[in-house]
Amino acid sequence: MNWYDFLLRNRGEVLERTAEHIGLVAAAMAIALAIGLPLGIALVRRVTLQRWVLAVANVVQTIPSLALFGFLIPVPWIGGVGASTAIVALALYALLPILRNTCTGITGVDAAVIESARGMGMTPQQVLWQVELPLAAPVLLAGIRVATVISVGITTIAAAIGAGGLGVFIFRGVAMVNNQVILAGAIPAALLAVLADFGLGVVQRRLATR
Amino acid sequence: MAQPIAGIQKGCALECRGVTYRLPSGTALVSDLNLTVARGETLVLLGRSGSGKTTTLKLFNRLLEPSDGEIFIAGRPSSAWDPIQLRRGIGYVIQDAGLFPHWSVERNVALVPQLEHWPEERIRARVKEMLELVGLPPAEFATRRPSELSGGQRQRVGVARALAADQPILLMDEPFGALDPVTRAELQREFRVLASRLEKTIVFVTHDVREALFLGTRIALLAGGRLAGVHAREEFLNATEPEVRAFVASLQLSRGDEEVR
Repeated sequence: MNWYDFLLRNRGEVLERTAEHIGLVAAAMAIALAIGLPLGIALVRRVTLQRWVLAVANVVQTIPSLALFGFLIPVPWIGGVGASTAIVALALYALLPILRNTCTGITGVDAAVIESARGMGMTPQQVLWQVELPLAAPVLLAGIRVATVISVGITTIAAAIGAGGLGVFIFRGVAMVNNQVILAGAIPAALLAVLADFGLGVVQRRLATR
Repeated sequence: MAQPIAGIQKGCALECRGVTYRLPSGTALVSDLNLTVARGETLVLLGRSGSGKTTTLKLFNRLLEPSDGEIFIAGRPSSAWDPIQLRRGIGYVIQDAGLFPHWSVERNVALVPQLEHWPEERIRARVKEMLELVGLPPAEFATRRPSELSGGQRQRVGVARALAADQPILLMDEPFGALDPVTRAELQREFRVLASRLEKTIVFVTHDVREALFLGTRIALLAGGRLAGVHAREEFLNATEPEVRAFVASLQLSRGDEEVR
Protein backbone atom coordinates (compact mmCIF):
# COMPACT_ATOMS: atom_id res chain seq x y z
CA MET A 1 0.00 0.00 0.00
CA ASN A 2 1.31 3.41 -0.98
CA TRP A 3 1.42 6.36 1.42
CA TYR A 4 -1.18 8.27 -0.56
CA ASP A 5 -3.46 5.23 -0.67
CA PHE A 6 -3.25 5.27 3.09
CA LEU A 7 -3.86 8.98 3.08
CA LEU A 8 -6.93 8.61 0.86
CA ARG A 9 -8.36 5.74 2.82
CA ASN A 10 -7.96 7.67 6.07
CA ARG A 11 -8.75 11.11 4.68
CA GLY A 12 -11.36 11.64 7.36
CA GLU A 13 -8.84 11.43 10.14
CA VAL A 14 -6.14 13.23 8.13
CA LEU A 15 -8.46 16.19 7.59
CA GLU A 16 -9.47 16.15 11.21
CA ARG A 17 -5.84 16.14 12.35
CA THR A 18 -4.97 18.88 9.86
CA ALA A 19 -7.79 21.02 11.20
CA GLU A 20 -6.56 20.32 14.72
CA HIS A 21 -3.05 21.27 13.66
CA ILE A 22 -4.19 24.55 12.11
CA GLY A 23 -6.32 25.24 15.17
CA LEU A 24 -3.34 24.83 17.51
CA VAL A 25 -1.17 27.11 15.37
CA ALA A 26 -3.94 29.71 15.06
CA ALA A 27 -4.64 29.75 18.79
CA ALA A 28 -0.94 30.05 19.64
CA MET A 29 -0.40 32.81 17.05
CA ALA A 30 -3.43 34.72 18.31
CA ILE A 31 -2.02 34.69 21.85
CA ALA A 32 1.52 35.54 20.69
CA LEU A 33 0.23 38.47 18.61
CA ALA A 34 -2.05 39.71 21.37
CA ILE A 35 0.93 39.82 23.73
CA GLY A 36 3.82 40.43 21.33
CA LEU A 37 2.49 43.40 19.34
CA PRO A 38 1.47 45.65 22.25
CA LEU A 39 4.52 44.60 24.26
CA GLY A 40 6.82 45.26 21.30
CA ILE A 41 5.25 48.69 20.74
CA ALA A 42 5.61 49.51 24.43
CA LEU A 43 9.27 48.46 24.37
CA VAL A 44 10.31 50.46 21.30
CA ARG A 45 11.40 53.49 23.31
CA ARG A 46 12.51 51.61 26.43
CA VAL A 47 15.84 50.38 25.18
CA THR A 48 17.21 48.75 28.32
CA LEU A 49 13.99 46.95 29.18
CA GLN A 50 13.72 45.89 25.54
CA ARG A 51 17.13 44.25 25.71
CA TRP A 52 16.12 42.29 28.82
CA VAL A 53 12.77 41.15 27.46
CA LEU A 54 14.33 40.06 24.16
CA ALA A 55 17.07 38.20 26.06
CA VAL A 56 14.45 36.28 28.03
CA ALA A 57 12.45 35.52 24.89
CA ASN A 58 15.68 34.36 23.30
CA VAL A 59 16.36 31.93 26.16
CA VAL A 60 12.82 30.52 25.85
CA GLN A 61 13.44 30.07 22.14
CA THR A 62 16.54 27.96 22.78
CA ILE A 63 14.77 25.47 25.08
CA PRO A 64 14.13 22.28 23.07
CA SER A 65 10.42 22.03 22.36
CA LEU A 66 9.87 18.66 24.00
CA ALA A 67 11.66 19.96 27.11
CA LEU A 68 9.47 23.08 27.16
CA PHE A 69 6.34 20.89 26.93
CA GLY A 70 7.78 18.90 29.81
CA PHE A 71 8.40 22.02 31.87
CA LEU A 72 4.84 23.23 31.36
CA ILE A 73 3.01 20.00 32.19
CA PRO A 74 3.43 20.31 36.00
CA VAL A 75 2.47 24.02 35.99
CA PRO A 76 -0.98 24.50 37.56
CA TRP A 77 -3.83 26.13 35.53
CA ILE A 78 -2.11 26.07 32.15
CA GLY A 79 -0.30 22.77 32.51
CA GLY A 80 -1.37 19.18 32.26
CA VAL A 81 -1.48 16.92 29.26
CA GLY A 82 -3.36 18.27 26.24
CA ALA A 83 -3.92 21.11 23.85
CA SER A 84 -3.79 24.02 26.30
CA THR A 85 -0.23 23.25 27.40
CA ALA A 86 0.83 22.91 23.78
CA ILE A 87 -0.76 26.25 22.87
CA VAL A 88 1.07 28.03 25.70
CA ALA A 89 4.41 26.55 24.62
CA LEU A 90 3.79 27.39 20.96
CA ALA A 91 2.83 30.95 21.88
CA LEU A 92 6.07 31.30 23.85
CA TYR A 93 8.07 30.22 20.79
CA ALA A 94 6.18 32.56 18.48
CA LEU A 95 6.66 35.48 20.85
CA LEU A 96 10.33 36.14 20.11
CA PRO A 97 10.12 36.74 16.34
CA ILE A 98 7.00 38.86 16.79
CA LEU A 99 8.50 40.94 19.60
CA ARG A 100 11.83 41.38 17.91
CA ASN A 101 10.36 42.37 14.57
CA THR A 102 7.86 44.76 16.14
CA CYS A 103 10.73 46.55 17.88
CA THR A 104 13.12 46.60 14.94
CA GLY A 105 10.35 47.40 12.45
CA ILE A 106 9.21 50.51 14.30
CA THR A 107 12.75 51.55 15.25
CA GLY A 108 13.67 51.30 11.57
CA VAL A 109 11.10 53.87 10.43
CA ASP A 110 12.88 56.98 9.11
CA ALA A 111 13.35 59.41 12.01
CA ALA A 112 12.69 62.39 9.73
CA VAL A 113 9.25 61.01 8.86
CA ILE A 114 8.33 60.59 12.53
CA GLU A 115 9.68 64.00 13.40
CA SER A 116 7.66 65.71 10.72
CA ALA A 117 4.58 63.72 11.75
CA ARG A 118 4.93 65.00 15.31
CA GLY A 119 5.90 68.46 14.13
CA MET A 120 2.79 68.75 11.97
CA GLY A 121 0.60 68.08 15.00
CA MET A 122 -0.23 64.37 14.93
CA THR A 123 -0.99 62.89 18.33
CA PRO A 124 1.22 60.00 19.52
CA GLN A 125 -1.67 57.62 18.72
CA GLN A 126 -1.97 59.00 15.19
CA VAL A 127 1.78 58.72 14.68
CA LEU A 128 1.65 55.09 15.80
CA TRP A 129 -1.37 53.98 13.77
CA GLN A 130 -0.99 56.10 10.66
CA VAL A 131 2.79 56.28 10.30
CA GLU A 132 4.84 53.87 12.41
CA LEU A 133 2.76 50.71 12.10
CA PRO A 134 2.03 50.97 8.34
CA LEU A 135 5.69 51.66 7.63
CA ALA A 136 6.84 48.84 9.92
CA ALA A 137 4.27 46.44 8.46
CA PRO A 138 6.60 44.52 6.10
CA VAL A 139 9.09 43.84 8.91
CA LEU A 140 6.26 42.99 11.30
CA LEU A 141 4.84 40.57 8.80
CA ALA A 142 8.24 38.95 8.32
CA GLY A 143 8.20 38.20 12.06
CA ILE A 144 4.69 36.78 11.90
CA ARG A 145 5.74 34.62 8.97
CA VAL A 146 8.73 33.14 10.80
CA ALA A 147 6.63 32.60 13.92
CA THR A 148 3.90 30.82 11.94
CA VAL A 149 6.32 28.49 10.20
CA ILE A 150 8.03 27.65 13.50
CA SER A 151 4.62 26.97 15.08
CA VAL A 152 3.54 24.63 12.29
CA GLY A 153 6.74 22.67 12.83
CA ILE A 154 6.65 22.49 16.62
CA THR A 155 2.96 21.59 16.62
CA THR A 156 3.89 18.19 15.16
CA ILE A 157 5.78 17.50 18.41
CA ALA A 158 2.78 18.63 20.47
CA ALA A 159 1.16 15.30 19.68
CA ALA A 160 3.62 13.80 22.19
CA ILE A 161 1.74 15.48 25.02
CA GLY A 162 -1.67 14.58 23.69
CA ALA A 163 -2.48 17.86 21.96
CA GLY A 164 -3.46 16.18 18.68
CA GLY A 165 -2.51 17.52 15.27
CA LEU A 166 -0.67 15.84 12.41
CA GLY A 167 2.10 14.71 14.74
CA VAL A 168 -0.28 11.99 15.93
CA PHE A 169 0.35 10.08 12.67
CA ILE A 170 4.09 10.56 12.93
CA PHE A 171 4.35 9.24 16.48
CA ARG A 172 1.90 6.43 15.74
CA GLY A 173 3.87 5.50 12.62
CA VAL A 174 7.13 5.45 14.55
CA ALA A 175 5.57 3.20 17.17
CA MET A 176 4.14 0.89 14.49
CA VAL A 177 7.33 1.05 12.41
CA ASN A 178 5.06 1.98 9.50
CA ASN A 179 6.36 4.56 7.02
CA GLN A 180 2.95 5.10 5.41
CA VAL A 181 1.48 6.24 8.69
CA ILE A 182 4.48 8.51 9.35
CA LEU A 183 4.19 10.10 5.91
CA ALA A 184 0.44 10.60 6.30
CA GLY A 185 1.37 13.06 9.05
CA ALA A 186 4.69 14.33 7.81
CA ILE A 187 3.65 15.30 4.28
CA PRO A 188 0.58 17.36 5.17
CA ALA A 189 2.57 19.02 7.98
CA ALA A 190 5.38 19.95 5.62
CA LEU A 191 2.88 21.20 3.03
CA LEU A 192 1.17 23.29 5.67
CA ALA A 193 4.48 24.94 6.61
CA VAL A 194 5.39 25.62 2.98
CA LEU A 195 1.94 27.03 2.24
CA ALA A 196 1.99 29.30 5.29
CA ASP A 197 5.44 30.54 4.36
CA PHE A 198 4.46 31.16 0.76
CA GLY A 199 1.14 32.81 1.54
CA LEU A 200 2.53 35.18 4.14
CA GLY A 201 5.48 35.85 1.87
CA VAL A 202 3.12 37.07 -0.85
CA VAL A 203 1.34 39.36 1.61
CA GLN A 204 4.68 40.64 2.90
CA ARG A 205 5.94 41.49 -0.57
CA ARG A 206 2.68 43.23 -1.41
CA LEU A 207 3.02 45.37 1.73
CA ALA A 208 6.63 46.19 0.96
CA THR A 209 5.94 47.47 -2.56
CA ARG A 210 2.89 49.47 -1.55
CA MET B 1 -10.00 80.99 3.15
CA ALA B 2 -8.83 78.85 6.00
CA GLN B 3 -9.76 79.74 9.53
CA PRO B 4 -6.96 80.46 11.98
CA ILE B 5 -5.91 77.21 13.57
CA ALA B 6 -5.93 76.91 17.33
CA GLY B 7 -6.50 80.63 17.66
CA ILE B 8 -3.10 81.57 16.23
CA GLN B 9 -3.82 84.77 14.35
CA LYS B 10 -2.16 85.74 11.14
CA GLY B 11 0.82 87.99 11.41
CA CYS B 12 1.69 87.02 14.95
CA ALA B 13 5.14 87.22 16.45
CA LEU B 14 7.43 84.77 18.18
CA GLU B 15 9.68 85.59 21.07
CA CYS B 16 12.36 83.85 23.13
CA ARG B 17 13.07 85.27 26.58
CA GLY B 18 16.18 83.97 28.30
CA VAL B 19 15.71 80.53 26.77
CA THR B 20 18.16 77.78 27.66
CA TYR B 21 17.89 74.17 26.53
CA ARG B 22 19.94 71.56 28.31
CA LEU B 23 20.27 67.85 27.59
CA PRO B 24 19.56 65.51 30.52
CA SER B 25 23.35 65.20 30.81
CA GLY B 26 23.53 68.93 31.58
CA THR B 27 25.12 70.07 28.32
CA ALA B 28 23.47 73.26 27.12
CA LEU B 29 22.62 73.28 23.41
CA VAL B 30 21.08 76.74 23.56
CA SER B 31 22.01 79.26 26.25
CA ASP B 32 20.15 82.38 27.35
CA LEU B 33 18.60 83.12 24.00
CA ASN B 34 16.71 86.40 23.61
CA LEU B 35 15.16 86.79 20.20
CA THR B 36 12.06 88.24 18.60
CA VAL B 37 10.59 87.27 15.27
CA ALA B 38 8.37 90.08 14.00
CA ARG B 39 5.08 89.45 12.28
CA GLY B 40 5.41 88.63 8.64
CA GLU B 41 9.20 88.61 8.56
CA THR B 42 11.57 85.83 7.57
CA LEU B 43 14.12 85.43 10.32
CA VAL B 44 17.06 83.27 9.34
CA LEU B 45 18.86 81.33 12.04
CA LEU B 46 22.37 81.03 10.68
CA GLY B 47 25.17 79.05 12.22
CA ARG B 48 27.61 76.20 11.87
CA SER B 49 26.68 72.60 12.59
CA GLY B 50 25.96 72.16 16.29
CA SER B 51 25.37 75.86 16.93
CA GLY B 52 21.84 75.25 18.23
CA LYS B 53 19.80 76.33 15.19
CA THR B 54 17.68 73.22 14.91
CA THR B 55 17.27 73.03 18.68
CA THR B 56 15.94 76.60 18.70
CA LEU B 57 13.51 75.80 15.91
CA LYS B 58 12.16 72.76 17.75
CA LEU B 59 11.59 74.87 20.85
CA PHE B 60 9.10 76.97 18.88
CA ASN B 61 6.79 74.06 18.06
CA ARG B 62 7.40 72.33 21.38
CA LEU B 63 9.17 69.32 19.95
CA LEU B 64 11.57 70.36 22.72
CA GLU B 65 10.75 72.20 25.94
CA PRO B 66 13.05 74.95 27.27
CA SER B 67 14.95 74.09 30.46
CA ASP B 68 14.93 77.78 31.43
CA GLY B 69 13.24 80.89 30.14
CA GLU B 70 10.09 81.16 28.12
CA ILE B 71 8.93 81.23 24.54
CA PHE B 72 5.98 83.33 23.49
CA ILE B 73 3.86 82.52 20.49
CA ALA B 74 1.37 85.20 19.50
CA GLY B 75 1.89 86.75 22.90
CA ARG B 76 1.11 83.58 24.86
CA PRO B 77 3.76 81.48 26.60
CA SER B 78 4.33 78.28 24.60
CA SER B 79 3.68 76.22 27.73
CA ALA B 80 0.12 77.58 27.76
CA TRP B 81 -0.61 76.17 24.29
CA ASP B 82 -1.77 72.63 23.77
CA PRO B 83 1.26 71.21 21.92
CA ILE B 84 -0.81 69.33 19.35
CA GLN B 85 -3.00 72.34 18.51
CA LEU B 86 0.03 74.61 18.47
CA ARG B 87 1.87 72.39 15.97
CA ARG B 88 -1.14 72.27 13.67
CA GLY B 89 -0.94 76.04 13.49
CA ILE B 90 2.76 75.99 12.61
CA GLY B 91 3.98 74.69 9.27
CA TYR B 92 7.13 72.58 9.58
CA VAL B 93 9.47 71.75 6.72
CA ILE B 94 12.64 69.74 7.26
CA GLN B 95 15.51 68.59 5.09
CA ASP B 96 14.41 65.70 2.83
CA ALA B 97 10.86 66.96 3.49
CA GLY B 98 9.93 64.07 5.82
CA LEU B 99 7.03 63.10 3.57
CA PHE B 100 5.14 59.94 4.46
CA PRO B 101 6.40 57.39 1.91
CA HIS B 102 3.24 55.27 2.13
CA TRP B 103 0.92 58.17 1.26
CA SER B 104 0.28 59.84 -2.08
CA VAL B 105 1.39 63.44 -2.64
CA GLU B 106 -2.23 64.49 -2.33
CA ARG B 107 -2.69 62.80 1.03
CA ASN B 108 0.61 64.16 2.33
CA VAL B 109 -0.43 67.72 1.51
CA ALA B 110 -3.87 67.13 3.04
CA LEU B 111 -2.36 66.03 6.35
CA VAL B 112 -3.15 68.96 8.62
CA PRO B 113 -6.53 69.86 7.05
CA GLN B 114 -7.45 66.22 7.57
CA LEU B 115 -6.28 66.25 11.19
CA GLU B 116 -8.42 69.35 11.60
CA HIS B 117 -11.45 67.59 10.08
CA TRP B 118 -12.03 69.92 7.16
CA PRO B 119 -14.87 68.82 4.88
CA GLU B 120 -13.74 66.53 2.06
CA GLU B 121 -14.38 68.92 -0.88
CA ARG B 122 -12.62 71.76 0.86
CA ILE B 123 -9.55 69.61 1.44
CA ARG B 124 -9.50 68.52 -2.20
CA ALA B 125 -9.76 72.11 -3.43
CA ARG B 126 -7.07 73.25 -1.02
CA VAL B 127 -4.64 70.49 -2.02
CA LYS B 128 -5.10 71.41 -5.67
CA GLU B 129 -4.49 75.07 -4.88
CA MET B 130 -1.35 74.28 -2.86
CA LEU B 131 0.17 72.02 -5.50
CA GLU B 132 -0.37 74.72 -8.10
CA LEU B 133 1.18 77.26 -5.75
CA VAL B 134 4.42 75.26 -5.49
CA GLY B 135 4.52 74.55 -9.21
CA LEU B 136 3.42 70.92 -9.31
CA PRO B 137 0.45 70.42 -11.68
CA PRO B 138 -2.06 68.41 -9.61
CA ALA B 139 -3.20 66.31 -12.57
CA GLU B 140 0.32 64.96 -12.91
CA PHE B 141 1.51 64.83 -9.31
CA ALA B 142 -1.45 64.37 -6.94
CA THR B 143 -1.53 60.59 -7.06
CA ARG B 144 2.22 59.97 -7.09
CA ARG B 145 4.15 58.51 -4.20
CA PRO B 146 7.05 60.51 -2.72
CA SER B 147 9.42 57.84 -4.10
CA GLU B 148 8.30 58.82 -7.61
CA LEU B 149 9.47 62.42 -7.17
CA SER B 150 12.83 64.13 -7.52
CA GLY B 151 14.45 65.75 -4.48
CA GLY B 152 13.29 69.20 -5.55
CA GLN B 153 9.73 68.01 -6.14
CA ARG B 154 9.65 66.33 -2.74
CA GLN B 155 10.73 69.57 -1.12
CA ARG B 156 7.97 71.44 -2.99
CA VAL B 157 5.45 68.96 -1.62
CA GLY B 158 6.94 69.54 1.84
CA VAL B 159 6.33 73.27 1.47
CA ALA B 160 2.79 72.68 0.14
CA ARG B 161 2.07 70.46 3.15
CA ALA B 162 3.33 73.12 5.55
CA LEU B 163 1.09 75.76 3.93
CA ALA B 164 -2.00 73.62 3.40
CA ALA B 165 -3.91 74.64 6.52
CA ASP B 166 -2.85 78.26 6.03
CA GLN B 167 -0.66 78.05 9.10
CA PRO B 168 0.35 81.59 10.12
CA ILE B 169 3.81 80.46 11.20
CA LEU B 170 6.34 78.50 9.18
CA LEU B 171 9.41 76.75 10.59
CA MET B 172 11.93 75.56 8.02
CA ASP B 173 14.98 73.46 8.91
CA GLU B 174 17.46 73.54 6.03
CA PRO B 175 14.66 72.72 3.62
CA PHE B 176 16.84 73.12 0.54
CA GLY B 177 20.02 71.69 2.07
CA ALA B 178 20.02 68.36 0.26
CA LEU B 179 19.30 69.71 -3.23
CA ASP B 180 21.66 70.19 -6.12
CA PRO B 181 22.80 73.82 -6.60
CA VAL B 182 20.60 74.54 -9.60
CA THR B 183 17.42 73.15 -8.05
CA ARG B 184 18.28 74.87 -4.80
CA ALA B 185 18.62 78.28 -6.46
CA GLU B 186 15.33 77.70 -8.27
CA LEU B 187 13.49 76.83 -5.07
CA GLN B 188 15.08 79.70 -3.18
CA ARG B 189 13.88 82.18 -5.81
CA GLU B 190 10.37 80.79 -5.81
CA PHE B 191 10.26 80.63 -2.05
CA ARG B 192 11.29 84.26 -1.71
CA VAL B 193 8.38 85.30 -3.92
CA LEU B 194 6.04 83.03 -1.98
CA ALA B 195 7.21 84.36 1.40
CA SER B 196 6.70 87.97 0.43
CA ARG B 197 3.23 87.19 -0.87
CA LEU B 198 1.92 85.02 1.96
CA GLU B 199 2.57 87.24 4.99
CA LYS B 200 3.71 84.37 7.17
CA THR B 201 6.01 84.62 10.13
CA ILE B 202 8.90 82.44 9.05
CA VAL B 203 11.89 81.07 10.90
CA PHE B 204 14.40 79.57 8.49
CA VAL B 205 17.42 77.54 9.58
CA THR B 206 20.48 77.31 7.35
CA HIS B 207 24.27 77.14 7.48
CA ASP B 208 24.53 78.76 4.05
CA VAL B 209 25.27 82.51 4.32
CA ARG B 210 24.25 83.14 0.76
CA GLU B 211 20.87 81.53 1.36
CA ALA B 212 20.53 83.56 4.58
CA LEU B 213 21.23 86.81 2.74
CA PHE B 214 18.89 85.90 -0.08
CA LEU B 215 15.87 84.85 1.99
CA GLY B 216 16.11 86.55 5.35
CA THR B 217 14.69 89.92 6.27
CA ARG B 218 16.88 89.57 9.34
CA ILE B 219 19.66 87.16 10.16
CA ALA B 220 20.35 85.81 13.64
CA LEU B 221 23.76 84.24 13.94
CA LEU B 222 24.13 81.43 16.48
CA ALA B 223 27.51 80.24 17.72
CA GLY B 224 27.94 77.58 20.38
CA GLY B 225 24.31 77.83 21.41
CA ARG B 226 24.47 81.60 21.97
CA LEU B 227 23.21 84.46 19.88
CA ALA B 228 26.23 86.17 18.33
CA GLY B 229 24.23 88.95 16.70
CA VAL B 230 21.01 89.79 14.89
CA HIS B 231 21.21 92.00 11.82
CA ALA B 232 18.99 93.18 9.05
CA ARG B 233 19.99 91.68 5.73
CA GLU B 234 21.54 94.98 4.55
CA GLU B 235 23.66 95.38 7.68
CA PHE B 236 24.92 91.82 7.94
CA LEU B 237 27.91 92.24 5.61
CA ASN B 238 29.18 95.21 7.61
CA ALA B 239 28.59 93.81 11.07
CA THR B 240 31.53 93.86 13.44
CA GLU B 241 31.06 90.74 15.57
CA PRO B 242 33.92 88.30 14.94
CA GLU B 243 31.52 85.37 14.38
CA VAL B 244 29.68 87.34 11.72
CA ARG B 245 32.97 88.44 10.14
CA ALA B 246 33.98 84.77 9.90
CA PHE B 247 30.82 83.95 7.99
CA VAL B 248 31.19 86.97 5.73
CA ALA B 249 34.80 86.00 5.07
CA SER B 250 33.73 82.50 4.03
CA LEU B 251 31.44 84.21 1.54
CA GLN B 252 34.26 86.21 -0.01
CA LEU B 253 36.36 83.10 -0.49
CA SER B 254 33.78 81.84 -2.92
CA ARG B 255 32.53 83.62 -5.97
CA GLY B 256 29.18 85.08 -6.82
CA ASP B 257 29.20 88.19 -4.64
CA GLU B 258 26.95 90.13 -6.96
CA GLU B 259 24.20 87.58 -6.39
CA VAL B 260 24.37 88.43 -2.71
CA ARG B 261 23.55 92.06 -3.24
